[in-house]
Amino acid sequence: MTTDLATQPTGQPAYTPSELMIVSASRALQGRRVVFVGVGLPNIACNLARRSHSPDMELVYESGVFGAQPARLPLSIGDPTLVSRATSVTSMVDLFMLYLQGGRVDVALLGGAQIDRFGNLNSTVIGDYTKPKVRLPGSGGAAEIAINAGAVLIITRLSRRTFVEKLDFLTSPGFLDGGERRAALAMPGGGPQQVITDRALFDFSGPEREMTLIELASGETVEAVQADVAWPLRVSPDLRPMTPPDPHELAIIREELDPKGLYR
Amino acid sequence: MTAQSKLLTMEAAVRRFVSDGISLAIEGFTAFICFAAAHEIMRQRRRQLTLIRMTPDLVYDQMVAAGTADRLVFSYLGNPGVGSLHAIRRAVEKDIPGPLAIEEYSHFGMVGRYVAGASRLPFFPLRSYAGTDMVDANPAIRFVDSPYGDGPIAVVPPLNPDVAFIHAQRADRQGNTQLWGLLGMQKEAAFASRHVIAVVEEIVDEDVIRRDPNRTLIPGLIVDAVVHEPFGAHPSYVQGYYDRDNAFYLDWDRRSRSPEDTGAWLQEWVYDVPDRAAYLARLGPDRLAALDPGALWSDPVNYGAYGA
Repeated sequence: MTTDLATQPTGQPAYTPSELMIVSASRALQGRRVVFVGVGLPNIACNLARRSHSPDMELVYESGVFGAQPARLPLSIGDPTLVSRATSVTSMVDLFMLYLQGGRVDVALLGGAQIDRFGNLNSTVIGDYTKPKVRLPGSGGAAEIAINAGAVLIITRLSRRTFVEKLDFLTSPGFLDGGERRAALAMPGGGPQQVITDRALFDFSGPEREMTLIELASGETVEAVQADVAWPLRVSPDLRPMTPPDPHELAIIREELDPKGLYR
Repeated sequence: MTAQSKLLTMEAAVRRFVSDGISLAIEGFTAFICFAAAHEIMRQRRRQLTLIRMTPDLVYDQMVAAGTADRLVFSYLGNPGVGSLHAIRRAVEKDIPGPLAIEEYSHFGMVGRYVAGASRLPFFPLRSYAGTDMVDANPAIRFVDSPYGDGPIAVVPPLNPDVAFIHAQRADRQGNTQLWGLLGMQKEAAFASRHVIAVVEEIVDEDVIRRDPNRTLIPGLIVDAVVHEPFGAHPSYVQGYYDRDNAFYLDWDRRSRSPEDTGAWLQEWVYDVPDRAAYLARLGPDRLAALDPGALWSDPVNYGAYGA
C-alpha cells in the first residue's frame, strides 16, 4: 500500500496543486541572486523565495524596479508597493538595456498559453494571427527576457491545451528547434532550465534540449502526464517524486503572500 | 519679464492639440495613466486616432470601446493583475465597434522606438525577436548585420507620436515637470512627441523645481501645455498621492464583457460627467480617501549653495 503524501487523514489535501507549483518554483530559485519576476504565480513564488531561503534575493520587475521588498502582495508588476523601499527604481530604458540586456539577470520566470517540446512559448494568439480565435496579451517583455536572462523557469499548469505539438505563434524562444539553435542565433541567455507545473517537473538537460519528465507529483503517473502532452514524452531514467511543500512555506503563502487565496 | 503660464484646462488642451486622425501617446506603466485626458478626448468625440501605448490597459480599452481609434501600437494587452481587455479583444477578434489595425512589438522594442524617436536615430538595435513569429507579424521589425562583424541584430524604427499626455506629480507653470516612482517611458515619450501636455497633481512654484533638479524629468522647453488635474490618473495611481482603485479595474472587467454594458459604463463615467471634477464628485470623498497610501518620506539631500 502506498501513502498519499498530499492527503491528510481527513481526506482533505494538505496543499493545493497551485501551492505545489509555487513552492517548487521558489525552491528552484535557491542560490540565484537576481530574479526577473513575472505576474501572477511567479510573483508569489519569488516573494516566497525571498521570505524563506533567499533573503538576499534581488527581485527585478520590468516596470523598472530593482531590489523590490514589497510590503504587501503586489496586485501587478506595476504596483506602487514595489517602489517603496526598493533598492533602485529606474526608467524602463535602463531596466531593459542595462539590467536585462547587460546580463545582470540570473534567472527569469515566464509562462504562456502554449508551450512546445523545446520550451518555446506562445502568449500572443490562439488561431491565426490576423484573425485570432483568442487574442492573448502578447510579448510584453517576455521575448527579450527569454533571449537575455541567464536562465528561464517556465511556470504553467499541465494540460493538453497548453502542451501542444506546434505553437500557434512563437512569442518567446526556448530552444527553438532544439540542439544548438540558440547559440547559432547568438542568444546571450541560457534558455529554459525547468518547466514547473502543478503535476510534474521537466528539464532540458539532454543535448537535443527536448523537455524531459524528471519528477511526478504525488498520485501522478507517467501515463497520466503523457495523456496531457501532445508529443511522445521523454522520461528521465531517474524519475523522482516532487517534494511536497513544508508547513513553513505553506504558512508564508497562506498567511502573508496570498491570505485571500486568490492563487489557490 | 516672466514667461507666460502654460496652464490650460483639460477641455482646452484637448481641443487645441487633439484632432481627428492624429497619433496619440498616453503612457505610464501601470502608474500615471492619464484617464482624465482619455475621457475628455472621448467626450469631444475624436475619431480615427492611432493610439500608442506599451500596455493599452483600461485607458485604451475604453477609448477603443468608444470608437475613437482605428489603429493601436502596443506591446502588452492586458488588464494588469486582472485579465483580458475585453473591448480591444472584441475589436481585434470581431471588428466591434469597428476594425482595429494593430502594430505589435515587445516591451523592449517599444522602449527602443521611443528612444530612437526622441534622439533622432534611424533605428534602435536590440537583442530580441530572433526566432520569434513577431518578425513575420510585423514587417517593421527587421535585422541588420553589425558593421563590426558581430552578426545580425534586431532593429526597430523610431516612434514620434503627434501628441503625448504625460501625467506626473508636479510641475511649475512653465511645464518643468517632476515625477518619481515607476518612471515608465514618460521622459522618452515626451521627448519623442511633437506636442507634450503635462498633466499634474500639483502646480508648484519654480523654486520648488529648482531646489530638486534631479527629479525634473521633463523640462518646460518641450511642454506645450500644463493641466492641473488632481486624481487625473484614477483609477491608476500616482506614487505617494493615491493608490490604484482596484475595485474600478475589477468593475471594468465585469462590465466590459458585453458591448451593451460597456456602453452603459461609458455613459455613466464619461459622457454624463462634464469634466474631471464631476467625475471625482461621482466617486465621492470617502472612496478617494480610501486610496490614501500613507507616508514614507525620503530624507532631504544637500545640493549645496555654491555661492548662492
